[in-house]
Amino acid sequence: MLVWLILIPLVGGVLAWLFDRAGNRWPRWISLFAFGIDLALVLLLWVEHPGEVDLTANRAWFAEIQVPWISSMGITIHLAIDGISLLLVMLSCFLGIMATIASWTEIRERVGLFHFNLTWTVAGIIGVFLSLDLFLFYFFWELMLIPMYFLIALWGHENRSYASVKFFLFTQVGGLAMLLGILGIYFVHGRQTGIYTFDYSELLGTRMSPNTALLLMLSFLAAFLVKLPALPFHAWLPDAHTEAPTGGSVILAGLLLKTGAYGILRFAVPLFPGAALQIAPWAMMVGVIGILYGAVLAFAQTDLKRLVAYTSVSHMGFVLLGIFAWNELALQGVIIQMLCHGISAGALFMLVGSLQERLRTRDTRRMGGLWPVAPRTGGAMLFFALASLGLPGMGNFVGEFLVLLGTYRVSILLTVIAAGGFIVSTVYALWMIQRALYGPNEEGWRIPDLSMREVGAMTAMVLAILWLGLYPRPFIHTAGHGLDQIQKIVRQARADRTIMPPIESARVR
Amino acid sequence: MLELLWLIPALPYAGFAVLAVAGGRLSRSVTASLGVIPVGLSAAVALLVGIEFIWFWPENTYAQLLWTWIAVGRFTPTIGFYLDALSLVMILVVTVIGFLILLYSVGFMMRSEGYSRFFAYMNLFVASMLTLVMADNLLLLYLGWEGVGLCSYLLIGFWYNDPANGRAAIKAFLVTRVGDASMAVGLFLIFVSLGTLQIQEIMQKAEIQWAIGSGIAIAASALLLGGALGKSAQLPLQTWLPDAMAGPTPVSALIHAATMVTAGVYLIARTHVLFTLAPPVLTAVAVIGAITLLIAGLSALTQHDIKRALAYSTMSQVGYMFLALGVGAWSAAIFHFVTHACFKALLFLAAGVVIQGLNEEHNMFKMGGLRRVIPGTFWAFIVGAASLSALPLVTAGFYSKDLILMEAWSSQAGNGWLWLAGLIGTLLTSVYAFRMVFLTFFGEAKTEFHKRADITMKIPLAILALLSIVAGFIETPQGLGNMTLFSDFMETALPALPTLPTGSLTVIAKIAVPIISLIGLYLAYLLFVRRPGWVRRATETPVGSLLHAYWLSGWGFDWLYSRLIVRPFVRMADWNRQDAIDLVYDAVAGICMVSSDALALTQTGKIRWYAAAITVGVLIFIAIVVLG
Repeated sequence: MLVWLILIPLVGGVLAWLFDRAGNRWPRWISLFAFGIDLALVLLLWVEHPGEVDLTANRAWFAEIQVPWISSMGITIHLAIDGISLLLVMLSCFLGIMATIASWTEIRERVGLFHFNLTWTVAGIIGVFLSLDLFLFYFFWELMLIPMYFLIALWGHENRSYASVKFFLFTQVGGLAMLLGILGIYFVHGRQTGIYTFDYSELLGTRMSPNTALLLMLSFLAAFLVKLPALPFHAWLPDAHTEAPTGGSVILAGLLLKTGAYGILRFAVPLFPGAALQIAPWAMMVGVIGILYGAVLAFAQTDLKRLVAYTSVSHMGFVLLGIFAWNELALQGVIIQMLCHGISAGALFMLVGSLQERLRTRDTRRMGGLWPVAPRTGGAMLFFALASLGLPGMGNFVGEFLVLLGTYRVSILLTVIAAGGFIVSTVYALWMIQRALYGPNEEGWRIPDLSMREVGAMTAMVLAILWLGLYPRPFIHTAGHGLDQIQKIVRQARADRTIMPPIESARVR
Repeated sequence: MLELLWLIPALPYAGFAVLAVAGGRLSRSVTASLGVIPVGLSAAVALLVGIEFIWFWPENTYAQLLWTWIAVGRFTPTIGFYLDALSLVMILVVTVIGFLILLYSVGFMMRSEGYSRFFAYMNLFVASMLTLVMADNLLLLYLGWEGVGLCSYLLIGFWYNDPANGRAAIKAFLVTRVGDASMAVGLFLIFVSLGTLQIQEIMQKAEIQWAIGSGIAIAASALLLGGALGKSAQLPLQTWLPDAMAGPTPVSALIHAATMVTAGVYLIARTHVLFTLAPPVLTAVAVIGAITLLIAGLSALTQHDIKRALAYSTMSQVGYMFLALGVGAWSAAIFHFVTHACFKALLFLAAGVVIQGLNEEHNMFKMGGLRRVIPGTFWAFIVGAASLSALPLVTAGFYSKDLILMEAWSSQAGNGWLWLAGLIGTLLTSVYAFRMVFLTFFGEAKTEFHKRADITMKIPLAILALLSIVAGFIETPQGLGNMTLFSDFMETALPALPTLPTGSLTVIAKIAVPIISLIGLYLAYLLFVRRPGWVRRATETPVGSLLHAYWLSGWGFDWLYSRLIVRPFVRMADWNRQDAIDLVYDAVAGICMVSSDALALTQTGKIRWYAAAITVGVLIFIAIVVLG
């Protein structure tokens, strides 16, 4: 089952490439079909496991599979899914479909190869969400990176080569640092116990000196914070998001960023609980600065796509803040925020992409007065701009509110500053609407409104955001068990450990 | 019937959904009925619910739980409604006034573009406002709170072609959002210390756990007050309201006069226990109310634009409500909210007829003589202005304002200064109210009038005029019938004000309001009909012109905020548009490129150079070895 989740897009990608010659329609439908089956599989799994894991069997996972791969080095193919991964895999399949739809008319050259890269990126991302073997995890981490690079470099906009190289360098440097960290914990654990393994469940609770732990964790964080992105490692993001084709931007903003957050949640904190505690105040501060910094920069942009890109920096600041606040409220908020940001940022990129396809520009100074010309585009854009500024009733509000509520227990000051993000996000969201949709239509734009295909995609995304905003309980319920588990791991590890910096721990609790 | 409570907000939500999805394709008459009927039905349900609740329901409250919204640990806010005297009064005002204003809009908006968009937003507004007043927990209240803010934004910027309207809309949303952020932090604080956001539970627990005047009670109520100040346009977050008049006039009537701007009043009344536990904050409420009512009253005196004058008047009247809340006169504040909703909606709608008839002319100095042209509207406006000025006995505004001033004087928290501020405000009110009347309807006609109100506009005017007179009779002071229907009913939800032993001075207090309001009326007549030269000469003196400009601009708050906050922010954002952090990476990349180019220069391919370089290298090496 879990293997299929990864294999279907992989095979779909190869098929899409092969059927390229049969016409441009084929790769699109194949890719759509592959993501569709995957989504159906995840939904099936979700219906089977809405939340509770069978407690009598004492299992931590909804489903698990482990087969040896390179036994001599303790590498196995270990895949498992719990509530957290399930929701993120579901998001991946959903956004995979959306990205395919977004590329339907935009991509006209080498369509087969495009969809090959698209599906392989998503397959890599799903792999990242499912892997429990650090080596395998690293493998998937790289797998998603390379096709993404090609998506930007081959189908991107004007400045694509600069953006793609920048993207590759940033993530690759981070990734290599993580590889060092993985090897580090592999040897530390091996030397202590004599068992050399990359298996997550074995490596949990590895004892090491605080300095080693800090060093190793920072090397993991190097990869994750670049992906998230956290300040000051965000510089690749605006360029990559802006230059990528629409489908690529949807995947980048909607999914790739989430792998960073997932990495911190699943690996960086549970593997190094003490060190995580040590840096928590700093990480939270970085998160808060990111919220405000990203929002202010978003406001200053005149390139609509760049504007949306900077809003991601701001929203992922909430995720970082919530993860390091590390309590039930904040972590649930993080999950909701990840899902909602994935959908709302994805939707905004699709809308901006559709505008660019029609206007041939992304410059807000040349837009204006588009509301009467394309009311459906306008309505959808307004909706997701409002989601982005955290209007209650939409999922993003639930995420941000829970994160801040959880943070309040840890640091009142940071919460108050972060609440300022509500104000600055209003500025950029409303300004974006004002510049693009309202005012006089000075350039005399006449463009076709959203097509039925796009309307369908937007409707699905609007409904998802409203669902998450008005009745998020099924999602909270599903994530609950997984979050309990990792919190338990960290609690135990911290209890076992005698060496613990007393001051920070008091502050965090 | 009570179980139909959920229908009251659900109907306008449904109206919004239908209009939002199908709006553009429907004819105007279908759109109009889809826009008006849901709110009308909602008002009907509200009346039925009200009847059952008042006469046939044995308890003082009724709660309806729809579903649990979020459930994380102990954090379990619900989608649930709570009905008591306070929320019932709010519901009735919102649905009934909302229905009348929507009916008026059918005719008023007929020639405007975006007909269905207008009705969609208005339905969403009514639904959000109902959510706000019916919510049984602060998070759901917050949802309604932000929802009305959104609709206010959308409707102020309704005519989006003019960027000025868009700016006014953004300003309104942004300024209120500053208050909302404060309120959100208040919610965090309340939940973390009391473990719930259910309003009734909060009040019970706070009463037990928090001492009077304790830091946490002060912090919690001050943070909530921040939200209330933004929404209700009170000092120092009042600057958005005059600009909000950029929206269509029915919007100004419904959102920026009758309902949304009083949400802050509702919030404070709803969470009154928290404010009672924080006497300094309550004092601040009273003082802010008093100051706002005075400065807004003075600003209203100088406006040219009839809608801006009404906006400042609204600010000033909401100031009265804050004053009442601040002295603990909860039901007096709500009473004034009810009467104000009637007469201010009436004034706006009448002004709408005038403005539309004069081809979008807002300047009162270009109006005049309309008394004979549109007598019906004239009388409606007279009734509204009289009620606003609290002319004695025959107007609703008299009974509510009189009650506030009495209690500002006689309650424990009240004092002579607050009373005096309210009294001066009464004088200002009747001067500016009748200034509007005289400028608009008397004198010579200056602009040709060409569009008359149609029947859908006349009916609401008539009903609101009637309400502006009779709504006051449900609560009359001792010696004037001593009717206490309203306060008796409110006391099932809000604590009564302990009355102090009345001294001899209360006689003065009692006759002060009627006398002062009549003096104001005469003063307006004197200054704007008999002796207009006086005013002109006064504004031509240096001091007079300065004051005039200062009051006209709303006491320079816009100027101050623009320089202190807006411009520095925009400049900072512009300055960092390129993202300074990114420049660092570019610099790193640049250094790599330059050094790579520099090193590439050494690859000349000439053997002589390589040989020379090797020789120099060897010499340096030997030198290091020998000298080291």
